Amino acid sequence: MTAAAPNQPKGLYAKLFEPKRLGIMAPGTSVLVYAGLLFWTIVVLFPLYWLLVTSFKLPIDVNEGPRYLPFVDYEPSLHAWDYLLVEVGGDTFRPYVNSVIIAAISTILAVLAGSMAAYALARITYKPRFASILSFVVGIIAVIVLTVVAGVPWWLSLIVGLAIFALLARTVARRFRARLGNGDILFWMISQRILPPVIVAVPVYVMFQRIGLLDTHIAMIITYATVNLPIVVWLMHDFFLSIPRDLDESAEMDGATKFQIFFDIVLPLAKPGIAATSLLVLVLAWNEYLLALFLSSVDAQTMPLLVAAQNATRGPQWWSMSVLILLMIIPVVLIALALQRFIAKGLLVGAVKG
Amino acid sequence: MSSDRVSAMDTSATAPQALGAGRGVSAWLDRHSSKVFILPAVIVILAFSIFPLIVSAYLSLTRFRLAPGGFELRWAGFRNFDRLLFGSEQYHFLGTFGAVGWFGWIVMLGGAALIIWWLVRYWISGRARVVGTIGRLITATVAFGIIVLATVTLSDGGAFGSLMVTLFYITVGCSIQFAIALGLALLCAKPIRGRSFFRVVFFMPLMVTPVGIAYMFRMLADMSKGPLEPIWSLFGFADVAWANDAWAARMVVVIGDSWQWIAFIFIVMLAALESQPRDQIEAAQLDGAGPWQVFRDVTWPTIVPVAATVMLIRVIEAFKIIDLPNVLTNGGPGIATESMTLHAFFAWRTQDLGGSAAIGYMLLFVAVVICVSFFNLVVQRQKARFT
Repeated sequence: MTAAAPNQPKGLYAKLFEPKRLGIMAPGTSVLVYAGLLFWTIVVLFPLYWLLVTSFKLPIDVNEGPRYLPFVDYEPSLHAWDYLLVEVGGDTFRPYVNSVIIAAISTILAVLAGSMAAYALARITYKPRFASILSFVVGIIAVIVLTVVAGVPWWLSLIVGLAIFALLARTVARRFRARLGNGDILFWMISQRILPPVIVAVPVYVMFQRIGLLDTHIAMIITYATVNLPIVVWLMHDFFLSIPRDLDESAEMDGATKFQIFFDIVLPLAKPGIAATSLLVLVLAWNEYLLALFLSSVDAQTMPLLVAAQNATRGPQWWSMSVLILLMIIPVVLIALALQRFIAKGLLVGAVKG
Repeated sequence: MSSDRVSAMDTSATAPQALGAGRGVSAWLDRHSSKVFILPAVIVILAFSIFPLIVSAYLSLTRFRLAPGGFELRWAGFRNFDRLLFGSEQYHFLGTFGAVGWFGWIVMLGGAALIIWWLVRYWISGRARVVGTIGRLITATVAFGIIVLATVTLSDGGAFGSLMVTLFYITVGCSIQFAIALGLALLCAKPIRGRSFFRVVFFMPLMVTPVGIAYMFRMLADMSKGPLEPIWSLFGFADVAWANDAWAARMVVVIGDSWQWIAFIFIVMLAALESQPRDQIEAAQLDGAGPWQVFRDVTWPTIVPVAATVMLIRVIEAFKIIDLPNVLTNGGPGIATESMTLHAFFAWRTQDLGGSAAIGYMLLFVAVVICVSFFNLVVQRQKARFT
């Protein structure tokens, strides 16, 4: 199985770049491939290495030009670690715990609600009336107009809005025939991801301020879960489509409820998808910056804000930032390593058919 | 779940309540399962996306002002949008318009001709529909607007506003990211040792918070104290301050963004490459096809649907860029690296809620047109060809 015709003399190019057998690389190719891989490994790891060495530097070591190797170029010092973890330890741990709580719970909620909706859209046929949706929008507009323009308390206008919606849905909306399908609902949910967070940030800020939830965990958790929900629906929907329907049907024959089928049969089968989606959502929630900037100040402050704050008063504190960024990276990388084998497979199903 | 779930005789959601159905919460849940499954997601999205969206629409039509005991909103009509597009904020949003030279006119006319040709080709193809025509007209208008805006702001004396800066990050950033990520995925798909090591390492940047990446690249890009200082000195760049040069600062933002997102595209593209059937490639190789031919005729057609979807996700996320320019350059020099989200954030910080909402709506409009066009014209078509 030679690649070159046997009766031709082999040139240098052929010797280097034409493989002797299928499935292995010619020497020249393999040198180039490994060179490319090594180059990108350096591109990825060098900035992280620089963070690591910077975190052990004293201010003077940073300010006097580049120092590369600890013990050789400079004497490593634990002062930044000591300062952040011991001296002002409370101010570091509070945002850290906030970040853990907010990211973890919002991820669980988003994955749970999102995969339930995705499963339902993959299995059950929905036919919402177009007119009901219109009357719902009319109800929302009524709430806003009453609260903002007429100055009615928000709970009262909410009741009025709901009443208008119920009234319209029961009377006018019944006369119209136009209905939407599952595809429309799916597209509507996924398209929420296009919504720039900055456009909802101000109203959400005002809303939480009105009901006194600004700068609390609950507000951040709900907001993050909402923002990440579309991604879960998007990725999980196709995962559920790829699981054969017969399984559901035979379980239903045996008398299982819809929820038993979902939690005991379908979810375990969708484990790779759940793992990949959860990791992606967790990373997005863990690293989120803009909404945290709007919705939290002290009590619910998250890590990205703390990192950004290291630039505040005394100029950039490179050593402190490095410590904080490393503290932020370590747990996610460990989780990613644990879920490694699911990631590619889980993302792929969503991407191929999504 | 708990063991108290009563087994119900009838679990189909649409059928009327069966006689033997169990009582209690779980039975009720089961009867209404079709609603219970989807309602949490719907309610949350309605309350925290749709409701704020409508409030924002209202805000964008008002002027916000602090008043004794709170604030007042005064109706302003479309004045906020007017200010962005034609008034005092035009330089900030659209950019400064330069004098268009002959080359600019050629680009604009050429762009217009291409767009018209694209529309005409659709109409004479015999597949034209009313909805398709409306959609394509919107796409064509926005595309032509972007071409004109790009030409005008790139001409002599022109400067980018936040709209063009955002589009610059998206087009340049996403192309670089896709090219490098695909290259890396192709390298990793070769029969190499230590593939899982490279896979893990290349995936790592996605885990780093964008704020952290911004500070990291500020350290790395420091010309006199950063680790690359010997290289800069060697080429005589040691005194160059990239933060004072608009294009250099934008490129640093793009590089930081790429460092993170190449990881995401890479991992998906590698999965796509690994899942394609080996026998096709081997058959093509036995037929004497070179590596380029194998890639073009065998590999590329099978991975292009995945590529289209992953790029759609990337473009959607790219519209939201704020952390990197905010931390790396604070939008500077001047407004040279200010993305639209950052622009809206600055407006919010100066109590200009109406202006902030107006910028948000412009961003939403551009993002929706571009993402939906991309979805309908590229992603759907690739999928249709694939299946």
